[in-house]
Amino acid sequence: MVSHDGAGADGLMTVASEKLQARNVTIHYWLERSGTPFLAVNGVTLDVSPGEFLAIVGPSGCGKTTFLNAVDGLLPISGGSLTLNGIPITKPGRDRAMVFQHASLLPWRTVLGNVVYGLELQGRLPRGEAAERALRFIELVGLQGFEDAYPLELSGGMQQRTNLARALATDPDMLLLDEPFASLDAQTREFMQLELLKIWNQTHKTALFITHDIKEAIYLADRVAVFTARPGRVKQIVPIDLPRPRELRVKRAPRFIEYEDFIWTSIEEEVRVTIRQTERMRS
Amino acid sequence: MATRTTPEPNLGVLQVAAPDLAVEAEADLRIPGRPGRLARYEGAIIGTMAVVVFLGVWQAVATARLVPELFLPGPTDIFKAFVILFSDINFIRRDLWVSGQEVVYGYGLAVILALPLGMLMGWYRRLSYGLDPFISFLYSSPRVALLPLMIIWLGIGMASKIAIIFLGAFFPIVINTAVGVRNLDPSLLKAARSFGASDAQIFRTIALPGSVPFILAGLRLGVGHAMVGVFVGELVAAQAGVGLMMATAGATFQTSKVFAGLIIIAGTGILLTHLIQRLERRFQAWMPSR
Repeated sequence: MVSHDGAGADGLMTVASEKLQARNVTIHYWLERSGTPFLAVNGVTLDVSPGEFLAIVGPSGCGKTTFLNAVDGLLPISGGSLTLNGIPITKPGRDRAMVFQHASLLPWRTVLGNVVYGLELQGRLPRGEAAERALRFIELVGLQGFEDAYPLELSGGMQQRTNLARALATDPDMLLLDEPFASLDAQTREFMQLELLKIWNQTHKTALFITHDIKEAIYLADRVAVFTARPGRVKQIVPIDLPRPRELRVKRAPRFIEYEDFIWTSIEEEVRVTIRQTERMRS
Repeated sequence: MATRTTPEPNLGVLQVAAPDLAVEAEADLRIPGRPGRLARYEGAIIGTMAVVVFLGVWQAVATARLVPELFLPGPTDIFKAFVILFSDINFIRRDLWVSGQEVVYGYGLAVILALPLGMLMGWYRRLSYGLDPFISFLYSSPRVALLPLMIIWLGIGMASKIAIIFLGAFFPIVINTAVGVRNLDPSLLKAARSFGASDAQIFRTIALPGSVPFILAGLRLGVGHAMVGVFVGELVAAQAGVGLMMATAGATFQTSKVFAGLIIIAGTGILLTHLIQRLERRFQAWMPSR
């Protein structure tokens, strides 16, 4: 375990206590047209403790989703070390489950068929048990009565509930959420944040949540990591000291607004850089 | 504190007012654009009426003998020819049976071979790179242009017609199936990979169901090509078949028999297409109905 993380003697202590440990993680892509490597994530160092809810905010295109994909094992890292429970992440595993930005539901399967899908692919439960388990999580996300509905018959919010139930049903050690509420309308989004916190309170999964919405990050998380503009790096980590359970009106509390102000100031320069990068790419 | 209490009674009034409005609207439904009772059947009604009017005019022209029967028989003449054809056991046993067999074998063979090949080509990109030049060549050339070759190789019996129907139906099915399997929704693919799906699982749970609409569209296109194949094939060289019957009838100026043959071929095409459309509806129950 120690040899993998490369952090040396002081790494030994953190391996035991941290769930996810990222040390100086870099991620490159191949640009298909020019055939040149492209640096998307530039030395991310980050720890997530067991049971913690950590949110990453950053300007769009900063590599936060890329980093999350690497944590899920969908993308290889090109440098540094990335471990879950002390074991290097190389491919997707049962200890992680992702809630996607686009609900990514099979349109020809019902809600039940979709929630069971993750379990089915992992093939570790007999069909009947998997369905029973799926039904429990359909109820947890508040979709009872819609088991036989097809995704295209559901609203965006209900599709994301299905997406969440599919991930939770596989009982992961760590839940990865990639801007799951970004495509919802403002009111549904607020409501889904509240629901997510309720569900998280019941399951207490370690959670890594990606968003570009500062309020959402503060409202949900124990700590908020601010990413720089591309290539992404952790600029700052802000512990959010707001009592739980949090009602939606927390968002109007003075302390909340102070956090928002602080994080916005931290991110503002990064957003400026991002806008300049985009303009340069267009011209 | 005083400012907090004032807005609340206002909210209360609003909440009471809303149901009242709803009741009023229900009592006096004057919403413009209410769909008529027959709106659902509008398409079928207009379509049927158009056909009836067309047949009526045609019959009137034929009865008035504005053009000789030899040139344009009326609907009743064609109906008579139909009755005569179907009371002729030789027509049923020879022509209809032969044409039917040709279509079943040619089209069936095309489906049996095109589906797996299309799936393999969609799944293994390199296989499709290798086969694409041949498929493009054959798909772009009119398949009936291969008839002389088929007749040299297979003779003027059923085999050459089966081959030409097969060639007609095969390519649209192969191409559609390959496109369907290849065009997987990347977000579904990512989700499946994230849950640790194997290639076989992705094929079974995403590629296969996802390509069904493409496959059915290919099958439907294939029917049209098969109908062209059987007709032209028999027209060029055959010993029996509906197409041959039409050619013979045409050469001997039995115009109403030609029309009857046309209706048999077109009717078969419509029937097969309709069957495939029913399959499409069955497989797309997940599409939200309007």
